[in-house]
Amino acid sequence: MKILTGNDLKTGEVIWWDGESWSRHVDDAVDVGDAADAILAREDAARRVNSGYAIEASQEGDRVRPAHIKDRVRALGPTVRPDLTLKPDDPDAIREVV
Amino acid sequence: MYLYDSYDQAMVDARVEEFRDQAQRRLEGRITEEQFRPLRLMNGLYLQLHAYMLRVAIPYGTLNSTQMHMLADIADKYDRGYGHFTTRQNIQYNWIKLEETADLLADLASVEMHAIQTSGNCIRNISSDHFAGAAADELVDPRPYAELLRQWSSFHPEFSYLPRKFKIAVIAAETDRAAMKLHDIGIQIIKNDAGELGAAFYVGGGMGRTPMIAPMIREFVPLDQLITYAEACLRVYNRYGRRDNKYKARIKILVHELGKEEYTAQVEEEFKHMLEQGVEPPFAELERLRTFFEDPAFADGAKTVDRSDPDFALWVDRNTHRHKRDNYVSAVISLKPVGGIPGDASAEQMHLMADLAKEFSFDELRVMHTQNIVLPHVRIADLHALWTRLEAAGLGAPNLDTIEDIIACPGLDYCSLANARSIPLAQRISERFAENGRTEELGELKLKISGCINACGHHHAGHIGILGVDKKGTENYQLLLGGSEAQDTSLGKITGRGFDENGVIDAIETVTDIYLEKREDGERFLDTYRRIGMDPFKEALYD
Repeated sequence: MKILTGNDLKTGEVIWWDGESWSRHVDDAVDVGDAADAILAREDAARRVNSGYAIEASQEGDRVRPAHIKDRVRALGPTVRPDLTLKPDDPDAIREVV
Repeated sequence: MYLYDSYDQAMVDARVEEFRDQAQRRLEGRITEEQFRPLRLMNGLYLQLHAYMLRVAIPYGTLNSTQMHMLADIADKYDRGYGHFTTRQNIQYNWIKLEETADLLADLASVEMHAIQTSGNCIRNISSDHFAGAAADELVDPRPYAELLRQWSSFHPEFSYLPRKFKIAVIAAETDRAAMKLHDIGIQIIKNDAGELGAAFYVGGGMGRTPMIAPMIREFVPLDQLITYAEACLRVYNRYGRRDNKYKARIKILVHELGKEEYTAQVEEEFKHMLEQGVEPPFAELERLRTFFEDPAFADGAKTVDRSDPDFALWVDRNTHRHKRDNYVSAVISLKPVGGIPGDASAEQMHLMADLAKEFSFDELRVMHTQNIVLPHVRIADLHALWTRLEAAGLGAPNLDTIEDIIACPGLDYCSLANARSIPLAQRISERFAENGRTEELGELKLKISGCINACGHHHAGHIGILGVDKKGTENYQLLLGGSEAQDTSLGKITGRGFDENGVIDAIETVTDIYLEKREDGERFLDTYRRIGMDPFKEALYD
């Protein structure tokens, strides 16, 4: 599947396109098929995303897993600071990224 | 240390307001990201893996307690309670909001700090010896020269759009503690046979994807021609440096492609021309700057410590450096606790270090390029009291220049350029050696880790270096041996095929086993490697 990511313009937070707006959680990301460029152009113009781009990912049950480790780290947070990730209480979260 | 005059303050304040306007226009959509990007980079603001990252300049790594307190306050107010001290003697914050950045910069400006020229193709923060003004072995204090270069290079209109970024280091001791020959320009303040002070110029060094050791292009530049000569070096680079390929745009490529002789000849011709133009600042300005760096009011006191506490004695042996006064030392606060993140400090730790500087070191701190903090002037009589406070705060690791004192770039945990994570390796290696108890036995062993070829973790210059690469979407690590960033500068060589994370940690242990087996009396790891070469290590690693 192809999903969209970028950063929030004001805060810089990593965000993912959920089909209607932008979510902080990669599991909300949806397959955009061939619409990536059009969505990114519209959202960028409206300043709802900064430096957006499309990536490959796979759907695994309720989870969305970016293909590249860099985007998996982006989706979670720094693996060396579990307390600062989006899943501070999940002991398996970092292992799944790597 | 240098204090801003009204011109400095006015320039920095004006830049804050200029950036406030630029950021507001970006937030309102009046300029695009493409237009805004170079503007934010000129102010040290990157868009990194998780958020905006701000790099704050700490000129030649020197700051006072008020400034350190402000860095701590900024960590609490605008970030997530911590900062990362870098291999360029700066500090970075990882979780900055664009909408708050101008306020942050205004807070910085209130303590004579800024983030100007910490990014972009300009002359970056000048780096220097972290023991400057204190070391027993220095000829003179190099900081007035670093400050002169800082003022010359700040907002220099001719050098705002160089082919690529440009880094300058200044030292004034035979012992190089600033990786001087691995800079675009390395300057060593020296004395000639007539006893006059001057500067030796080394040009065209660097790390990155094409590491090079800078050749010396001039043995002696008189001090009253220092800026003119630096300007001639930059002018030739600005004229002929490649702008068609960013990977070939650094001055090291120009010097290499032209050859040292041809580059030097062109600099000399430009220098001769520029001497006639009178671009050198008045010598009185250098004399004025020197007054900011005069010795503090040193007091008398004990010249030895009570070594009855072995933990304290070990810390004294490891983490203090000989001072020019025999009853003082420079004390190093290690930001490398076992299993910790190299260079990270919490706001609470920064406040403590500031308080300790005020109490024990004439209000001064230094950031080392090895990501530790120095209190430059500590009375030997006060060392135990200082150590006790550091120990209580978890800042008393006695590991300076050991295998636990690892340089690591932020790597893939924070950096959008990285291919692999650096920090987890540093954490696991320090844990491995703390556990097997070999750290002391190994002695001086400098291990440096970069998460990509850009080499922010100085892996080329590590006695042992690790380079993280992307191997078909997974992290892989190349091992290098034999690098040095000291006065015996050398570049590490790759041992062979790479390793996964577990494999490279085992490989480090294997390499140190060979060293312990082969070393002769008094040899450091680097000495043994240079004597026996790569083969014994390769055999142990791959056969």
